[in-house]
Amino acid sequence: MIEEKNEAEAHMEPDSKRVSRSSKDGWIFFLCGLIGALIVGWIVFPALLYSKKSQPLNFSHASHGPESSAGLECEECHFFHEDGTFSGAPGITKCMECHEDPESPLGEDPEEVKLFTDYLKPGKDIPWLVYSRQPDCVYFPHIAHVKMAQIECRVCHGDFATREILPVYKVNRLTGYSIDIYGRNIAGLKKNTWDRMKMDDCAQCHRQKGKETNNACFVCHK
Amino acid sequence: MKNQEHTKATRYGMAIDLDKCTGCGVCVIACASENNVPVMYDESDKTRNISWMQVYILTNGSQFPHTKVIYIPRPCMQCDNPPCVPVCPATATRKDPNTGIVSQIYARCVGCRYCMAACPYHARDFNWFDPHFPEGTDRYLSPEVSPRTRGVVEKCTFCHHRLMRARTRAYREGRRDLREDEYIPACAQACPAKAITFGDLNNPGHTVSRLIKSPYVFRLLGRLGTEPKVYYISSEDWVRRMADNYLPGEFKGRG
Repeated sequence: MIEEKNEAEAHMEPDSKRVSRSSKDGWIFFLCGLIGALIVGWIVFPALLYSKKSQPLNFSHASHGPESSAGLECEECHFFHEDGTFSGAPGITKCMECHEDPESPLGEDPEEVKLFTDYLKPGKDIPWLVYSRQPDCVYFPHIAHVKMAQIECRVCHGDFATREILPVYKVNRLTGYSIDIYGRNIAGLKKNTWDRMKMDDCAQCHRQKGKETNNACFVCHK
Repeated sequence: MKNQEHTKATRYGMAIDLDKCTGCGVCVIACASENNVPVMYDESDKTRNISWMQVYILTNGSQFPHTKVIYIPRPCMQCDNPPCVPVCPATATRKDPNTGIVSQIYARCVGCRYCMAACPYHARDFNWFDPHFPEGTDRYLSPEVSPRTRGVVEKCTFCHHRLMRARTRAYREGRRDLREDEYIPACAQACPAKAITFGDLNNPGHTVSRLIKSPYVFRLLGRLGTEPKVYYISSEDWVRRMADNYLPGEFKGRG
């Protein structure tokens, strides 16, 4: 670039006026290009990279959680199976335990009507979009973290228990992974655990807790 | 190659009694179905097919009636000094210091096949094609074993997902240590002759640690320094001699 510019200046030497104008114009074009590229790279591209999907139904954790009238703990719906595997998002049978009775605690809210007509009545599972689903090659045992290491749910997932509405599910168009896994910030900055859950984040936490041996490949990969 | 150190005492290994092995091939089938090994368009193409567990036939080379035949099931040897590990440019294969199992991470593998060249046991297979499961067989796939794509290397993992499953179950009961029968690979479980014994080589309570002290024990290419954790047992001298390369007169039989 510099060489080209010097060459251009050498050609234009007799006309000093033109030289100064063209170099000024160059700076403007350079700045416009730079700012444009930064806007594309930092704002437009990350926005385009993720497509937004809404959950099939809004679930209010706040009206089910420990501080509500229902007063449920996390583990009552997100429980462990007999063999230690994690149940994840509960199936419709779990909802039915409380909501099967038509006169049960269900209000007039359109979301609640939808729950009853679309899912509870035909007994169909709600196709939840899981924010923190890991790729196929990852084996994540919740029980090792929740039971053995005594880490609370909200340490990694945020304080879901008091949330009224489910956040928008954003999926990476290229990889198909959720933004919670792939990272909210394109610069790689993170404040909370749920901002990004990639391999390095697992490894970093293991190191901090003095569990370096858990960073062997075959502890989490399958 | 330096001996990679263990942080814990667990060292999973296997003892295969060749006197018991009938060469039926159930271990091969059990392994393939357990680990989602695909069926090729032409399984007779042995330069391209994938078999984590292979049964080799060995004969003593004598004329009838002195002919003797033996079958050698060959999983990955899970060497203590794995030659495949230092050659991997992508760090896709490592020896787990906690279990001694040599891992293979398919998502990380770049398909250079250095490990295949390094492995003296032909224990590694390359995916020349995308996996293909004939209609109907896809319903039997295991969700616990991740699928492999074209262009990566795969190998026996001692059914590592079963170890994960066993650990998860143990955590549920609040235990960190596994019992001997809680984690067994599919081949060992399926063997009708009970020729394959699996367990922790360092745990004196496990049957396998007792078996490997037998005078009839040998390892494939034992003098190569790879320190395999798969031990073979045979009462036949000629079998033990054929398991390694000896100079004339060098081999001294024990039986």
